[in-house]
Amino acid sequence: MKFPSLKIYALAYLIFLYAPIFLLPLFAFNDGTIIAFPLKGFTTDWFAKMAENDTLRHALTNSLIIALTSSAGATILAVFAARASTRYKFRAKGGIMGLIMLPMVLPDILMGMSLLLVMLEVLRVNLSIGTVILGHVIIALPYAIAVLQTAFATLDQSLEEAAVDLGETRMSTFRLIVLPLVMPGIISAFLISFTISLDEFIVAFFLAGNQPTLPTYIFSQLRFPSAIPVIMALGTCLVAASILLLSVAEFFRRRGIKRTGAKDTGGFL
Amino acid sequence: MTDNPMIAFRDVHKYYGDYHALRGISAEIRAGEFFSLLGPSGCGKTTLLRTIAGFEDISSGAVLIDGKDMAGVPANKRPTNMVFQSYAIFPHLTVAQNVGFGLRRDPRSKAEKDKLVEESLEMVGLKGYGARAAHALSGGQRQRVALARALILKPKVLLLDEPLSALDRKIREQMQVELIKLQREVGITFVLVTHDQEEALVMSDRIAVMFEGEIAQLADPETLYRRPNSRRVADFIGVMNFLPAKVTGESGDLISAEVAGLGVLDVSTSQVSAAPTGDSAAVGFRPETLTLLYEGQQASDREAAGTIDEVVYYGDMTYYDVRLDGMEKPVRISMRNVFGRPVLDVGTRTRVSWSPGALVLFR
Repeated sequence: MKFPSLKIYALAYLIFLYAPIFLLPLFAFNDGTIIAFPLKGFTTDWFAKMAENDTLRHALTNSLIIALTSSAGATILAVFAARASTRYKFRAKGGIMGLIMLPMVLPDILMGMSLLLVMLEVLRVNLSIGTVILGHVIIALPYAIAVLQTAFATLDQSLEEAAVDLGETRMSTFRLIVLPLVMPGIISAFLISFTISLDEFIVAFFLAGNQPTLPTYIFSQLRFPSAIPVIMALGTCLVAASILLLSVAEFFRRRGIKRTGAKDTGGFL
Repeated sequence: MTDNPMIAFRDVHKYYGDYHALRGISAEIRAGEFFSLLGPSGCGKTTLLRTIAGFEDISSGAVLIDGKDMAGVPANKRPTNMVFQSYAIFPHLTVAQNVGFGLRRDPRSKAEKDKLVEESLEMVGLKGYGARAAHALSGGQRQRVALARALILKPKVLLLDEPLSALDRKIREQMQVELIKLQREVGITFVLVTHDQEEALVMSDRIAVMFEGEIAQLADPETLYRRPNSRRVADFIGVMNFLPAKVTGESGDLISAEVAGLGVLDVSTSQVSAAPTGDSAAVGFRPETLTLLYEGQQASDREAAGTIDEVVYYGDMTYYDVRLDGMEKPVRISMRNVFGRPVLDVGTRTRVSWSPGALVLFR
């Protein structure tokens, strides 16, 4: 190693990133209600309590429904937008794409407030997980489009022409050639939308009405010190689930690359 | 022209916005011929090919395939298939799935289709490759898969868009020969787009040379090489020496022209081609129509004296740049190297044999 100081820097960087997360399982298995060192005994009580908690289960169910539906919606809409922006020329394309991508940089609190206004005063609908889903589609859409634009842009246009040349229609070409080849991108877009929705707080806080989602539930519990070990257990489960999800996604991504012989341009891991 | 051309272009124009990509193309491609569209990049040759396939709409005029106007006929309904420059092999499918892709809508049984695929693979020399992943093939093999895939539908016309440009020289030359053989075997009309004049000369029955959206000359390779109809075509196809000339008289079929260093010569009107408007007249010689004379050799027709300016040795050939007495610029002469005959040195005084019948007068 030519630069030992760089090595130390890299190590410090990673510790800074991941040390806080390692505290979660530490206290989730700690036999004590106070989050402080020294640790006491080992226990799985908090996980048992977590499983018994009806409100938590309700919040988790809500969050999963919201995340699955909104990421599916965002991904489908993103496929259309990414396809249009990479394959077709149309008037004011730059402006339209810019407006679609704008929510990426707009403060979420503005989105939350304005959406709340629209739901209550313009559309006059009751707040529910449905309104959260709508909000999350808007928030996740630019990220999904960014991922899919890369996938569509790297697709050789002559592949589609070849399929049409061999007798397929535009629709069947999309199904037989385009879709399979951009599938890794679609899966990535879905996963990114899913993660964004699952831990989104502000919009959910504004639009969920009296329905809890996982982040709003966790926030509400932080006021009660006795509830914190359960939250730690919940956090541990979420970290484990995230690692599992990323591993599965990476597995499919690598398999896709191997199958089509494309160059590995880097992924999650 | 034959009575039933396979493809007919009738005053085809194509605009991209203000850009006039095809400027009134009228030409006919005969059934069963190997036809090439040759020209520098941006001359419209690929655009013209794509109007046959149906990937480009035309702004005005008509494209007919086998007598039928193709206006409004989409690419998937045309009796043509294409080999793409990038080969466009579907990377997520096997070799056999690629080759059999066009048979998806064919009502025949799976066994019959499998047999067809196997036959097609055998035809292009890829027997037994069917189960392989398409992305694992080499460039030459991809090319063959693309050919088999396009030919399996027995199209009336096979369109080839610079199919050999991505291959190494050796494989490219080998594929040229194979393509000619394949074309004779299947008897399908081939239309090839290329910027490589050598490739066009080697493979084609007839060639259309294109510049800036227009066909400059349409002829068989020999005519194109020997009697280019303009200086531009002459310059694009092979090497040609241009010597400034002055037309001194015309009588019947003969034109007298004076060329510094060669004197006054008479050429037949059949040897006259167009010079760019405004340019003075010139005569053109191919390097191999001039011969260096060795000690004691007699000129077959006329001869001129000069000094060797430059020698470029190619193994089988040597190029000599010879400055003929009374000429400003040297002329390039190609000589086949013969065993026992030495390659001459720069500065050697030499005599050059030439014949007025071999030149082209551009005026």
